[in-house]
This record gives sequence, structure tokens and C-alpha cells, in this order.
Amino acid sequence: MSLISYVIFFSVIVLTLYITYWAAKQTTTASDFYTAGGSLTGWQNGMAIAGDYLSAASFLGIAGAISLNGFDGFYYSVGWLTAYLVVLFLIAEPLRNLGKFTMADMIGARFGAKKVRGAAALNTITIVMFYMLAQLVGAGALIKLLFGIEYWIAVLIVGTMMLIYVLFGGMTATSWVQIIKAVLLMAGTIIISFLVLMKFNFNFIGMFDAMKTATPHGEAFLNSGVVYKDTIGLISVLIALVLGTAGLPHILMRFFTVKDAKTARSSVIYSVWIIGIFYVLTIFLGFGAAKFVGADAIIAENAAGNMAAPMLAGVLGGDALESFVAAVAFATILAVVAGLVLSGASAIAHDIYGQIFKSGKVTEKEQVNAARWASIAIGVFSILLALGSEKLNVAFLVSLAFCVAASANVPTILLTIYWKRFNTTGAVASMLTGLIVALVLVAISPSVMNPVEGATLITGNPIFPYANPAIVSVPAGFLAAWIGTLVGAKRIEKDEITYAEVRFKAETGYKELGN
Amino acid sequence: MGNQSKHGKSTLDYEKIVETEDFKALVKRKKTFSRPYVVFFFAAYFALPLLTGYTKILETPAIGSMNYTWIYAFSMFIMVWVFTSIYMNKAKHFDNDVDKIIEKNVLK
Repeated sequence: MSLISYVIFFSVIVLTLYITYWAAKQTTTASDFYTAGGSLTGWQNGMAIAGDYLSAASFLGIAGAISLNGFDGFYYSVGWLTAYLVVLFLIAEPLRNLGKFTMADMIGARFGAKKVRGAAALNTITIVMFYMLAQLVGAGALIKLLFGIEYWIAVLIVGTMMLIYVLFGGMTATSWVQIIKAVLLMAGTIIISFLVLMKFNFNFIGMFDAMKTATPHGEAFLNSGVVYKDTIGLISVLIALVLGTAGLPHILMRFFTVKDAKTARSSVIYSVWIIGIFYVLTIFLGFGAAKFVGADAIIAENAAGNMAAPMLAGVLGGDALESFVAAVAFATILAVVAGLVLSGASAIAHDIYGQIFKSGKVTEKEQVNAARWASIAIGVFSILLALGSEKLNVAFLVSLAFCVAASANVPTILLTIYWKRFNTTGAVASMLTGLIVALVLVAISPSVMNPVEGATLITGNPIFPYANPAIVSVPAGFLAAWIGTLVGAKRIEKDEITYAEVRFKAETGYKELGN
Repeated sequence: MGNQSKHGKSTLDYEKIVETEDFKALVKRKKTFSRPYVVFFFAAYFALPLLTGYTKILETPAIGSMNYTWIYAFSMFIMVWVFTSIYMNKAKHFDNDVDKIIEKNVLK
């Protein structure tokens, strides 16, 4: 690593810490802490949504997947972008209209029973932990590779930074870190894409011609099926991608950081352009890495291809560009883990402590303190897990997070808004069934069980054939909702409000005074 | 915090409001607007793996070496941008309707 790398890295750190210092002065209430007091403007929140969306999985992961697997890698871009329509058309506005800080608020607005909120909080914490563990282990590996420092030190650096942002700056700092990261990420991606296109003499179609012979896959590189040979397995992955996003707590939380539904909507228009353009550019990252770095070199560095983008930057722009891109990846991971800590903390402090144990009777100060302690708990716990997971292949954790989100959260979110007969029993049944089915199926899938010793957690033949179980677990979540609703139909649950009220509030955003 | 009022006695008669012609018309307009789009984007999305998995039609070259698989994927991008813009424009109209309903039934 050269001097310039250190300069770039430390600039990112100093800048984000300064923002945290500034944000800390404005973070006094629970609403400040969780949602930046709803003070973000449309474009700010739009950038922050883009920042949350474009995680390390998008940047490092998709670039690597396209470079190694061609079109099969691009499925991620298509899936995650289409997921945007699910969020926009079906979830964003009712969620915003019914909820306050968290997804559980929205479900709890209709079903006030503590078990409903508890189940929702449990799902949020599970998703956050899986997702964060994957990001932390990835970050540790990335920094280790770039600076040559020990893995455990790298994890501690990232862990400490994320806790500083969240503890002192809450959502304001987290959002601004996301905004800066989104700008850096777009800049880096545009520069690399431009350089790749220049190498192909600005001939977009010519780039496709070149790819036919550039990789070991030959022409198959440009078709679907390099990895996804089984169509059912592919559909299962695509279900998790398109529905999972709509159930990710840190993405949904973004709709509470603006003052009203109109601002939420305007932030959507900014982010959809940024995200869409970014995903188009992943083609250049992937093709460029396949052509100019080469599959062998990419795999030698990291079997999943995660280093493809920084390596491509090194080939095209030398040490300076490689450092810049690595710093961008670092900022990306920091911003996403900070957002994750915040949504995990909100589930513990707001949902479990505030609403379940204290029945909503907590003072502003108690809430903020609880949120800080919860952040520390979540942060320290995930750092400890990450320290012990260096050798673990964590790629499956991300798909597991998406799968749990799609199976455990999305059925309940949709049915709470749109199904009149849905009831407390149905909601609890759906959330727990979705969670358990997803976890169990992943545990017996090829992601965890592999006959080759040491390749995965358990040595042995997988019992369930698909790495991603969404095709079974999502219908299971819906089915459990239906059965649970039938079973609980006669039961009188307290704190359940009428569907008329839910409908009216969801459609209009009307809130009673005091709420 | 006023969480009590959430589940306690409501200040509004929601059963009555949702039965008003204005509200029913709003819900119906929203539904008839968004349903075709939702059905279309899900159908378009899941048609892609079915076409690539069970047929070879998308493997036909379209422009140079770029085959229809990529064209299909790019069309999905355009679809997302177009649908988002349509939704935004339409949502503004719904906002006005909502304001009227609130004014008429809640603020009185």
C-alpha cells in the first residue's frame, strides 16, 4: 500500500468522524436517534436509500459475480432493482403511514399484542445479525488484504467505527455516512466504467463481442446458466432477491427518516435513478474485470470474486485508483453496518424494551439511553461473532438474510395492509413459520452441507437441494398466515384495531393526535 | 408518548369513514391504477428465468454479440424507471383526493 492509499483511507475516516461530531449535537430525542427526527430532505434521503441499497454485496459481490459467471451475476442487479417496484407499489406508503420508527411499529399498529411485536423484533434481529456478520467478515478480509494488517485488528477497526457513528450520531450520522458513501461509490464506479469503455474504444456492442472469448466459459458467459443450471433453484434465488429487499429492516427504516409520505416519495425518485444507473454500470465492472484482470487472478485473490472491482481499478488506474476504490468499499461496509446496528438496536430498545416490557411508558431520555445500550450490545455481539468466523464462508449469510426477510417479514407486512381477515394468530404464525422454515432449510442446504470436507460448516450430502430455499419458505410464510388466521378467527385479541382504521390510515396517512 | 390512544377509544368512527363514497372511490381508483402494474412487473420478472431456463429463445443474438437475454434485462431497467415515474405522477393526484377526504370527514 502506498502513501496515497493511507491518505485516502484516513480522509474517509476523518470526514465521517467529523460528521458524527456534528450530528451528535443534534441527537437528543428518540426520534432523532432512530430517524434523524424525520428531518432529511428528499434528495438526502434518496441518496441515503441508494447508500443502503448499494451494499458491499452490490458493489464487490455483483462485480465479482459478473466477472466470473457472466449473465448469472447480472441476475442480482435485475432482481434488486425490480425489488424497488415491490417496495414502491405495495409497501412504502402504507408502511410510512402506519409506522413510526420500525417495521414492527407498522404491524403493531394493527395488532397490538406483545407477541406480534416480539415476533417482528425477533425477525429483525435475526436478519440484522446474519447480514452484519457477513459484512464484518468481508470487511475484515478486505482490510487485511489491502493493508496487510491482522484480521482481528481489521474487524475491531470496522466495529469500533460503526459503534462511534451510531452511538454518538444516531441516524443523522448514519444517513450522512450513507450519503457520502453513495457519492464516492457512484464516482468510483463511473470512473472505472469509463476506463473500461475506453479500453473497448467506446464500443458497447464490441465489448460483448470481446467477452465471447475473454473467459473460460466462452459464449456461455453471455447466457444464463453458468451457475444456475437448475431453473427451480434460479427462480428460488430470484424470489428471495425481489421480495427480500422489501423485508429488510434497515431499508424499510429509511421511509421514516423524512417528514411525510410526499418527501418519502420524492426521495424514491432520486434513489431509483442512482441505483438503476449503478446496476447498469455493474456490467462494465464485471466485464472489465473478466477481460483485464482475468478469472484466474480474481479467484486466486478470493474464491467468490469479491476483490474483482478493486483489482480492476488497479489494472486500469494504478495504485491511486485501486486505493480509491478500496476506500469506497471500506466506506460502503462502514455505512451499511452502521445502518444495521441502528435497525437492530431499534428492535431491541424500541420494540422489546419500550413497547413490550414498558408498554410504551418510557421517557425520551430512557428511550435514547436504551437505544445506545442496545447498539452497544448488538455491535459487541456481532464483533465477537465476526472475530471467530474468519475461516467461515459467509456468502450464504447474505442470501439467508434475504430469505428470512422474504419469508418471515414480507407475508405479514403485505397481509397486515391488504387482508381484512388477517389476525393476531395469523401474523405470529406467519412470522415464526417463515423464520423457522428458512433457517432449517438453509441449515440442510448445499450452503451449509457439502460432501467436501471443510468447504462448508457441515460435511455431508445436502438434504435440501437448493442453496436458497425461498421457493419453499416464502409460500410457507403465506400458508401459515392463512392457517393461523383460520385458527385464530374466533379468538378475541385485545389491542387489535379494526381493519377499517388500518385501511383509512394506510391510505391517507392520517394520524390521531398524540401519535 | 400517546400509544394508549392507538388502541384505546378511537376519536373517529373509522367504520363510517371507510364506507363513505369518497373513500371507497379513492381506494378503488388506487387499486385499478396499481394492480395492472404490479401484475405486469411480477410477470415480466419471473418470465425471465422461465425463458432462460426452459427455452433457448433469448440466446439468439440481437445486436452483434449482445443477445436477447441482455435486451430483456435492460428492458427490466427501463420498466422500473418508467413505472416509478408513472407512480410518482399518479400519487400526486391521490394526495389531493386524500386531502379532500380528510378535510371533509375528519376536520369538518
